[in-house]
Amino acid sequence: MRRRSIIGALDLTKEEYEELFSVSDEFKRRGFSQSYSYLEGKVVSLAFFEPSTRTRMSFETAALKLGAKVIGFSGEEGISVAKGENLADTIRMLSSYSDLIVMRHKFDGAARFATEVTDTLIINGGDGKHEHPTQAMVDLYAVREVFSSPSNLVYGILGDLKYARTVNSLLRALTLFQPKFVYLISPPQLRARREILDTLNYPYKEVQDINEVISELDVLYVTRIQKERFADEMEYEKVRESYELTYETVTQMKRDAIILHPLPRVTEIDRRIDKTPHARYFMQANLAVYLRMGLLYLLLGEKK
Amino acid sequence: MKEKTLIVNRIREGTVIDHIPAGRALAVLHVLGIKGNEGYSVALVMNVESRKLGKKDIVKIEGKFLDERETSLITLIAPTATVNIIKDYEVVEKRKLKLPDEIRGLLTCPNTSCISRNDVEAVSKFRIVKTSPLLLKCEYCETYITEEEVMRQILHEIR
Repeated sequence: MRRRSIIGALDLTKEEYEELFSVSDEFKRRGFSQSYSYLEGKVVSLAFFEPSTRTRMSFETAALKLGAKVIGFSGEEGISVAKGENLADTIRMLSSYSDLIVMRHKFDGAARFATEVTDTLIINGGDGKHEHPTQAMVDLYAVREVFSSPSNLVYGILGDLKYARTVNSLLRALTLFQPKFVYLISPPQLRARREILDTLNYPYKEVQDINEVISELDVLYVTRIQKERFADEMEYEKVRESYELTYETVTQMKRDAIILHPLPRVTEIDRRIDKTPHARYFMQANLAVYLRMGLLYLLLGEKK
Repeated sequence: MKEKTLIVNRIREGTVIDHIPAGRALAVLHVLGIKGNEGYSVALVMNVESRKLGKKDIVKIEGKFLDERETSLITLIAPTATVNIIKDYEVVEKRKLKLPDEIRGLLTCPNTSCISRNDVEAVSKFRIVKTSPLLLKCEYCETYITEEEVMRQILHEIR
């Protein structure tokens, strides 16, 4: 894989996704207790201007497992940003300390902008409501884990399709894998953005009711509907309830269909579903470290 | 000027902007900051026959030459326009406007959470998605900006 920054899900080719998956498989096969020295002497910065637990900690674990040193911060407090430093200056400073920067920022396009002020590699760990490419890599890796390939399956993507960056990245990444069909299941006010839909090269349909399509799905991807997207709390409550995944709905799924969720979840999945064989979101989360090890190894690793 | 009848006289020195989409001549003047009290002799021709466009507008300005920024702004609101620089009644330069691949700094991203609006060093950048009707996409957050919005911003922005 060519060394370059990863800003969006389409920064990798299909072949590079396959390469990433097979390298990640190897780390997974050797197990979590193994440590490596592929990134020995390297410093990975975790610049989380917006707080994060999962993405930040799985990147940190992945970097440490590969032998890198990890520096960084989480949240704007306590760093110069709180004193009014702009993003460009913060990135310049970090790039003189590190070989690679994983960043999350509240503004859309922040990671792309960061690549313009530094030559240090940047991995986008989420920029506003724009993209979260490594989550899409984890998502597809999880699908591949179950079905051996992300291709030729029927996907249902449920919830907030307008503001969820993981959805943008996933929909784009799927353009490389010829899904059989994709149902975009959301309330009308949270439909996927035109900008994303215009780039899709596979058949899709926007629907409002999951029960119409549940029996056709191989993969159901659930996202959270956030309160702050609604002006009116009553409206939010109404929408939220109708987009919560119920146990009854899940009983209509095909026998080997799976449910994924980028996590954290709140109330959007009935906890009784956790015990069904469809629930694969914890497996998905467990794969994240191996996938991110694979990515860091391919972008920064020295063969030893 | 290939038309058989000229509505207005030729100019001695200045700029003739021809093949403006019909109805946009006033917008072109607006972009150039011409309000009428600058002292330029200005001729406005609107909704005349054009072989290329069906109907078109023409703007002639005596004593004014366009700079690069003005030319880019005109490209956005009148992409079909041609700019003729006139000296001593002769066309000394005939420029066909072409939309640049990237439009930097001229427009504001409609997305208030775009980094281009939220960092002192960031400059807006747009790529052309489609030319007719014009559709641009922010290089940072990938939000679309439509022809209508481009027109609105350009007309609003002028001085």
